Amino acid sequence: MSKSRRLKLRIFRVVVLLLMGAFFLLPIGAMLEFSTRGNDVTSPRTLDAWVRIAQTPGLVKGIVVSLQLAVITSLGMLALLLPTMVWVRLRLPRISRIVEFICLLPLTVPAIALVVGLKPLYVWVNINVTPSVLALAFAYLVLVLPYSYRALDAGLAAIDLKTLSEAAQSLGAGWGTVMLRIIIPNMPSAILNASLLSVALVLGEYTVANLLNFQNLQVEVAYVGLTDANTSTAVAVGALLLAFVLLMVLTLVGGRLQQQHYIPGQRA
Amino acid sequence: MEELSRRYGPVVALNELTLTMAPGELVALLGPSGCGKTTALRLVAGLEEANGGRVVFGGKDVTGLPASKRDVGMVFQAYSLFPHMTAMQNVAFGLTLRHKTADERKKRAGEMLELVGLSGFADRYASQLSGGQQQRVALARALAIEPTVLLLDEPLSALDAKVRSRLRDEIRRVQLEIGITTLFVTHDQEEALAIADRVGVMQSGHLEQLGPPTEIYSRPATPFVAEFVGLTNRLAGEVKFGMVEVRGTQLPLVQPNAPTGPAIALVRPEAVSLAAEAAMGNGPLVGTVIAVAFLGATSRITVDLGDGVTVLAQMPTSAAAATPAGTRVRLALRDDPVLIAREEKASGDA
Repeated sequence: MSKSRRLKLRIFRVVVLLLMGAFFLLPIGAMLEFSTRGNDVTSPRTLDAWVRIAQTPGLVKGIVVSLQLAVITSLGMLALLLPTMVWVRLRLPRISRIVEFICLLPLTVPAIALVVGLKPLYVWVNINVTPSVLALAFAYLVLVLPYSYRALDAGLAAIDLKTLSEAAQSLGAGWGTVMLRIIIPNMPSAILNASLLSVALVLGEYTVANLLNFQNLQVEVAYVGLTDANTSTAVAVGALLLAFVLLMVLTLVGGRLQQQHYIPGQRA
Repeated sequence: MEELSRRYGPVVALNELTLTMAPGELVALLGPSGCGKTTALRLVAGLEEANGGRVVFGGKDVTGLPASKRDVGMVFQAYSLFPHMTAMQNVAFGLTLRHKTADERKKRAGEMLELVGLSGFADRYASQLSGGQQQRVALARALAIEPTVLLLDEPLSALDAKVRSRLRDEIRRVQLEIGITTLFVTHDQEEALAIADRVGVMQSGHLEQLGPPTEIYSRPATPFVAEFVGLTNRLAGEVKFGMVEVRGTQLPLVQPNAPTGPAIALVRPEAVSLAAEAAMGNGPLVGTVIAVAFLGATSRITVDLGDGVTVLAQMPTSAAAATPAGTRVRLALRDDPVLIAREEKASGDA
């Protein structure tokens, strides 16, 4: 590649990066600016709105509930999806397309339509099982399926699942050991990605929770926004930053785990 | 294995295969792709379920046991080391599952790595080992658990020729040193003949012949075995009076009761000798050398008999030097008993 072509490519990359950065950062910057405004335009910058987050019981409860839901959904998704996908790949490859279709189906169903279907179920759950907001995790498990499926599928495709699992079995490993000690440690990035996508989706979810009359973070943010727009915006920025930090941490951890075992160019 | 069968829908992959192995014996299953050799090995390992028959280890029926309970060690065709573990951890994995103490695991894994000549690579991950080294670690890992049977599923097929030959000898050395009963699956006849106590040649899900390598090569039981193991000239001839006449030469038959009529005689290249036309009397087989392939100590010479038929002869390179391409030569067929085939039209092609 010629020098001028390399330079042009570099400029193109920088321009694209700046445009994309502006696209994502400008709204967040504007929200941050709004959340630190005083009572009028001449007032100095203040962190009152951010302080009020901790003083608004509904918001704190919403944050805790959403974090709990994120953890339950991520763990539930992994416990449900990963063994299923491994089993299908190893034993029932002919139904893999059907499983993929089912997992991707929630993408095509609008949240409002999903709620219409889920409502009677939740009425029953509310009466017979638990009235807890954490029951929302069942609905969220369905919502995160398409994203998690794609992430896990990429991870499973990157390893020789059949040979590794058969090698472990021939050494005396049962299916539990194969999953926990062979498959999961060999796809840390895929599992982290799937978990992160689940966490991000749950932290930002509003429609299903609101229509099913549950109070999660986004529902509380909307309520607070009716009376205190600054605090509501501060929480929204905080949730975005939390998701961003999680993404960075998981990417770094995933990269490090990967690097430990797959060192390119160091063959003996 | 007793009358072991496996079907995939209408396809019979393994058809009532029976094979008994003596303790410490190495048996190689040899055959073309799809002949059922890998299926047989996977049924022994418990990685597939049989439709019929039994797998018995030392009198104990293990047919119903899952792979994890069969007590077999297996080396796979694909690289199978666990990428997130070092060579030492890989070898110790099976021992961990058997609840050995850390000291026992370390000692045994160290011994096994030493056995395969990789004690200096204990802390390397699979990505830091060459293909040959990975297969040696896989062998050490399979042996570390002291299995009843060692199963080798084409472990050399992904390696280059030099490494392949070295590792083949190493597998045999280790197998003899430990004295473990071993079933080795391969499609490479040279590999099977070089390494095994007995070779089983398979076709379409059943054993065509089982015997020592020398017997398989020199006394093939069927035309398929003769053609699959080693090169074979297919020469048109006529069976009469318990002999087959091939272009004026009478050859004895492996099957002396073969019915009279046209047939194809299967003649090994090393049973064909040749010399310059004038130097070899008045034999009826005369042709022109069209190619000489140097194989090291021996050379393979292709002779055109002039009517579209070619014959391969294999002889010492020193003798082959006297008949370069273009030389008119006279051929002689050694009167070893030959097999005949009748399935196809007798074409006389080599």
